[in-house]
Amino acid sequence: MHFPVQEKQGFSVIALSGDVDMNHSPHARKAILSCLKKMQHVMVDLSSVDYIDSSGVASLVEGFQYARSNNLEFGLLSVSDTAMSILKLARLDKVFQIYPSLEARLENAR
Amino acid sequence: MDCNNILVRLSFCSKASRLKLMRSVIKDAADIVGLNNEQADEVVLAVNEACMNVIQHSYLMNPDGQIEVEIAADEQALLFRIRDYAPAVDSASCCSRDLDEVRPGGLGVHFIQTLMDECGFLAQPEGGGNLFQMKKYIRQ
Repeated sequence: MHFPVQEKQGFSVIALSGDVDMNHSPHARKAILSCLKKMQHVMVDLSSVDYIDSSGVASLVEGFQYARSNNLEFGLLSVSDTAMSILKLARLDKVFQIYPSLEARLENAR
Repeated sequence: MDCNNILVRLSFCSKASRLKLMRSVIKDAADIVGLNNEQADEVVLAVNEACMNVIQHSYLMNPDGQIEVEIAADEQALLFRIRDYAPAVDSASCCSRDLDEVRPGGLGVHFIQTLMDECGFLAQPEGGGNLFQMKKYIRQ
């Protein structure tokens, strides 16, 4: 599975979709860390995620940790209800920076 | 529960690519016994996590292992038994971690313990391996 990355307003926006499970989370992890290792700020769009399990959540946490260690920004956009319920279950909904959209993140910075 | 209560038995190899198919069967089983959508999503996630643990920790990502999932139900509960044929795991090592520590990994057991009403390893079955059982009470 390929997760597309778009450069927008100084961020690499990675759109995860479908089932971010043990089968596909390695691809998500690779996409996230690849952008961060290029010292890019990252926003992960979760609007089209139908299912996410602990391996998918782990790929997000790994990105969060890498970004924090390297003074990069890492956040989540448009989190689907399914993904949000799992983030809440993992008590990570208050750990990640979560925005309804990239525009909301940019507005937030003004 | 006797065999009349068994809804389905699944047997599949320990490949991550098989989990989506397994989840669809769990979802249908949850629908059959009348769980609502939220409850169905909970049992799907819990069984998925248990099977992931088998793939990762029992079979150490070897894709040639065998996983069996048995789903049974009576009027009170939905019962899941996950069987593997890997060396016995140390059940004491399968405990939830402190979630205040933000790090990848270790969430699966927390998900299972939170979403299921009962869970734990049963006595080692004949032929070796591990047998993990989870129960979800059916609440109307």
